[in-house]
Amino acid sequence: MTSDLPVLSLKGIRKTFGAILAIQDVSLDLGAGEIVALVGDNGAGKSTLIKIVSGVHRPTSGQIHLDGSAVVFSSASSARSLGIEVVYQDLALADQQPVYMNLFLGRELTIPPLALLNKSRMRKETQELVEELDVRIPSVRSTIRDLSGGQRQGVAIARATHWASKLVLLDEPTAALGVAETAKAEELILSLKDRNLAVLIVSHNLDQVFRLSDRICVLRRGRQIGVRETAATSKNEIVSMITGVD
Amino acid sequence: MSRIGVPKGFDLQKSVIYVGFFTIFLFFSFTLHDDGFLTTRNLTNIVLQTAPATIMAIGLVFVISAGEFDLSFGSAVAVSALAAAVVLQDYPMLVGVLAGIGAGTLIGALNGVLVAYLRLPSFLVTLATLGLFAGIARSMTNLRSIPVINDSFTGIFGSGKLASVPSLVIWTILAVAVGHFLYWHTRFGAHVLATGDNPRAAQVAGIRIERVRFLVLTLCGATAGLAGILYAGRLQAAKYTLGESDLMTVIAAVIVGGTALKGGKGSIIGALFGSLLMGMLNNGLILMGLSVSDQMIVRGLIILIAVAVSLRDTSH
Repeated sequence: MTSDLPVLSLKGIRKTFGAILAIQDVSLDLGAGEIVALVGDNGAGKSTLIKIVSGVHRPTSGQIHLDGSAVVFSSASSARSLGIEVVYQDLALADQQPVYMNLFLGRELTIPPLALLNKSRMRKETQELVEELDVRIPSVRSTIRDLSGGQRQGVAIARATHWASKLVLLDEPTAALGVAETAKAEELILSLKDRNLAVLIVSHNLDQVFRLSDRICVLRRGRQIGVRETAATSKNEIVSMITGVD
Repeated sequence: MSRIGVPKGFDLQKSVIYVGFFTIFLFFSFTLHDDGFLTTRNLTNIVLQTAPATIMAIGLVFVISAGEFDLSFGSAVAVSALAAAVVLQDYPMLVGVLAGIGAGTLIGALNGVLVAYLRLPSFLVTLATLGLFAGIARSMTNLRSIPVINDSFTGIFGSGKLASVPSLVIWTILAVAVGHFLYWHTRFGAHVLATGDNPRAAQVAGIRIERVRFLVLTLCGATAGLAGILYAGRLQAAKYTLGESDLMTVIAAVIVGGTALKGGKGSIIGALFGSLLMGMLNNGLILMGLSVSDQMIVRGLIILIAVAVSLRDTSH
């Protein structure tokens, strides 16, 4: 699995919405097992960039390479089929359905002749996954709405982990969580490295960014201000890059 | 394995129908014992009379579970029955059946296109098509009743029996079995629930929610078509009034049967018991000697209670 080619390579990404320039010339490489944080103020273009990489928006110009080959996503489904999973801020879970149906949402396992749902196998695989990732939920049959915020985020991250073969995008994954739940979610995010996945995370929480990331990419008003090795920079430097004030 | 530590959450919304059904059954069994409530004949009658409503309720469970609504089945029933009756005058049984179910399915598909692809709200669309097709049912026959004299048709879809089981009971069992199966054990059913639960989550998960919306409304039209055929078979005639009084009964059956008005949750078996409960209430209230207006009041109150329970559960 390991190769020298970056898993994801963005080259000169630019995105305009009519007369509004949302992203201007962003270039970024992500390697397998690497966590890169995307930081910037509101309106800096972080969400737009995530949406471009997840196939929701198409870049106005610039190229996306996955494992070295150029790709064009026609939709979120096409990005997903190439091994890119997104954990949304608002989780994108179906609240009244059980955990295992959410894990397989839109990709349900079926038994051939009549295409019946293979619920027992979905439950079994979900059980194995939550045990492996140590997501503590009462049962894979639990309804999502009966879980805590942290447990829900655990399910959302577990789902991304299960389906991603290359890249996981996380958009403010802990914004709605308490302290202990955030710690648990961060553990899960770090475990994505061990699975050799590339991770791009958007976060407003700089402490979290420094705890999790290998590199930090700073955006300001759609422009890429710079990329820093997390170990070789400081919060002060990142803050001044975000705000543009020394 | 997955049983360990399961908090068996008591689902009030889904359980209330069974408690309600048996409570009212016992109540009528005692109070109306001398009026013949408990006779096999009376109980069979309840099942026979509720067969069309039960079948419509199955379609409606899919629609409401997907987060949509359908009112138009109230007139789709009559159009389907009339279409079947008219065609049966000149053509063999199978053509009549296809005409009846086809008419209902087309009405459902029209709703589906308007809701799913033109993005109009289903409640208003089906309110409009309810009126539209009620008018068409009237003008189609100049308010006359069309007799059905095809014996094999009236046997299979009406008064016939198979091994001493009335055909309407067989149709009910078949429809409930197929509906339950589709709802719980197919990808389609899972996508219906996901679409009604959280359309955005369903969409980002790759579920084609427009297609789901189109299909549930079409399916509901098809069940109204089958219900129309059963009416035509049982009454050996079709009239524009068929199904009119079922609108409230069917909606009530679905809601008391544990289907959440907001979508994402429901039960086919619950809707069956909801429909039987409505039929039993109807029957019991008549045996008790209540007037038609009193029956309407009691049914209205039952719907109020059902909605209260439904909303209480979703707000926790």
